[in-house]
Amino acid sequence: MLRYVVKRLLLMIPVIVGISFILFVIMDLTPGDPARSLLGEYARQEDVDALREEWGLNDPFAVRYGRYLASAIRGDFGKSYRTNIPVVQEIISRYPATMKVATLAILFAMAIGIPVGIISAVKQYSLVDFGSMATALLFTSVPPFWLGLMLILIFSLMLRLLPSVGTDSWKSFIMPAAALAAAQMATMTRMTRSTMLEVIRQDYIRTAKAKGASQRYVVLKHALRNALLPVVTVVGIGFGNLLGGSLIIENVFGISGLGTLMVNAVKSKDSPMLIASVMFAALVGGLVNLAVDVLYTYIDPRVRSQYVKG
Amino acid sequence: MEERLLEIKDLHVEYVTDEARVFAVNGLDLTVNRGETVGLVGETGAGKTTTALSVMRLLPDLVGRITRGSIILDGIDITRATEADMRLIRGEAVSMIFQDPMTSLNPVMTIGEQIAEVLHLHEKYDTKEEVEHRVDEILRLVGLPPERKGEYPHQFSGGMKQRVVIAIALACEPKLLLADEPTTALDVTIQAQVLQMVRELKEKLNTAMLLITHDLGVVAQTCDRVGIMYAGEIVELGTAEQIFQKDERHHPYTVGLFGSIPDLTRKTRRLSPIEGLMPDPTDLPPGCRFHTRCPHRMPVCEVESPRPSYNGGHLIRCHIWDDRRCSQ
Repeated sequence: MLRYVVKRLLLMIPVIVGISFILFVIMDLTPGDPARSLLGEYARQEDVDALREEWGLNDPFAVRYGRYLASAIRGDFGKSYRTNIPVVQEIISRYPATMKVATLAILFAMAIGIPVGIISAVKQYSLVDFGSMATALLFTSVPPFWLGLMLILIFSLMLRLLPSVGTDSWKSFIMPAAALAAAQMATMTRMTRSTMLEVIRQDYIRTAKAKGASQRYVVLKHALRNALLPVVTVVGIGFGNLLGGSLIIENVFGISGLGTLMVNAVKSKDSPMLIASVMFAALVGGLVNLAVDVLYTYIDPRVRSQYVKG
Repeated sequence: MEERLLEIKDLHVEYVTDEARVFAVNGLDLTVNRGETVGLVGETGAGKTTTALSVMRLLPDLVGRITRGSIILDGIDITRATEADMRLIRGEAVSMIFQDPMTSLNPVMTIGEQIAEVLHLHEKYDTKEEVEHRVDEILRLVGLPPERKGEYPHQFSGGMKQRVVIAIALACEPKLLLADEPTTALDVTIQAQVLQMVRELKEKLNTAMLLITHDLGVVAQTCDRVGIMYAGEIVELGTAEQIFQKDERHHPYTVGLFGSIPDLTRKTRRLSPIEGLMPDPTDLPPGCRFHTRCPHRMPVCEVESPRPSYNGGHLIRCHIWDDRRCSQ
């Protein structure tokens, strides 16, 4: 098991390097000059050239990329062109906001999505089932920014319960998390329902009933754990995406998180910033995926025995 | 104590789907006495499993339902019992061995947990140690090493899984065991072992058994009485001797069933199956259900459902053996 985890962690290195390469190429091919955009349209050409020389932008592509990799291995991902702050420091200061929103959102989604999915499956074709499926459809269809604005309208403007912008208190995270959770929740409800429906038709569920167990007991003790694998997968993918930051929700609620950081970096051609933040998001996504795979082994002994052998 | 343990009277079971109404069991009468083994034989789709599931009251939700008749188990009418009562009965008074051992065990629970569960549900023992002790005991009884109780179903072979399923069914020493083709999914040597084991356990615990199978060999080895089922009805019922005795009176379907077993002492080039197929259960023929395939069909068979005739406890439901006609 440990060997497997180490192997997976090592496999993430080429992925991250690949991402850095692709981003490097893209930033190189796209038009625009970071030095010019920092100094402004009316700056003298000599100043721009001097800055380009300082940043090493005049060297050939291979040299620049090699230099970047060499310093990245030493833990130096460069300084932001825009703010001249080391990008790592910048990411670390911005990330907690994104992480809080993402974690809260996934918890919301799980707390509602999974139980509703279970109830829907157990009471298939009932009013509850119909209602929850209709709601799930609505939530997958509604764009999060619209939902965010509606939440602000209701809870900030009309009810004056929650702050509309900022990250000052825990209250500030409720609405952005809810807006992000809606789509995730819908996916989880549908996934839980469909896998539960499949599982409760299995022979071993009948065996459990034949032992004299109640419906509730059979569902919670026997069916749920068997239905959990696909649900955990969906939770993992959703969480990975959320942890990468959401530009739109961060904008709507005035949160300066990873999403905002990335978009600003793109706008100002701030390559060190952009590459580092995308690599960071990829790293987090990879770690979440790994955690999901490890979780599988705890849920299903058949998966566990595969890893023990391999 | 009454001799009769299970008494099924005029049982009708239907499956209702959007497309059709399936008449799975149509007026079945059957009794099982204490400690007795009764075989239920018939083709696939004859309603054997449906009958057993009705006794457990585990017919598929929303689709299957008992429309008429009664099932009296040890004085309690299963068809009228509440769900709470049924939970007490299932696993305790009556338990079931399911057809496919491969899918009948929960893949994410250890076999020890799955056996202990039935004991917990019926509060058989007070302490954990007692339960674990009983689990070990029952595993030894079915011929599995108790050390393996911490393993998961995928770590066992098919025959061993079936032993686990049997262990679960026997854990609470039920009065009635419903064995739904317990050996069909197993290969022949394992079949013999499992059957032998079931027989021994039955002796030891004095459990009555309803053995569902389409294997006449299994029936001959195991059963005291045998019912032959066709299209949701019992067409012939008697002691194993009566059913297997060649020169006795038989229902034409039983004759066909035995005739379809190849005789090893004679040289035959072809098998002799019963012509035709089991009637569509959504659209059963009028009169005798078997008349469409019967070699002795008479005009009356197409209109009138045959009454059962008895001959020393040997029941046959066929116009040929109807007393009124016989005496003519």
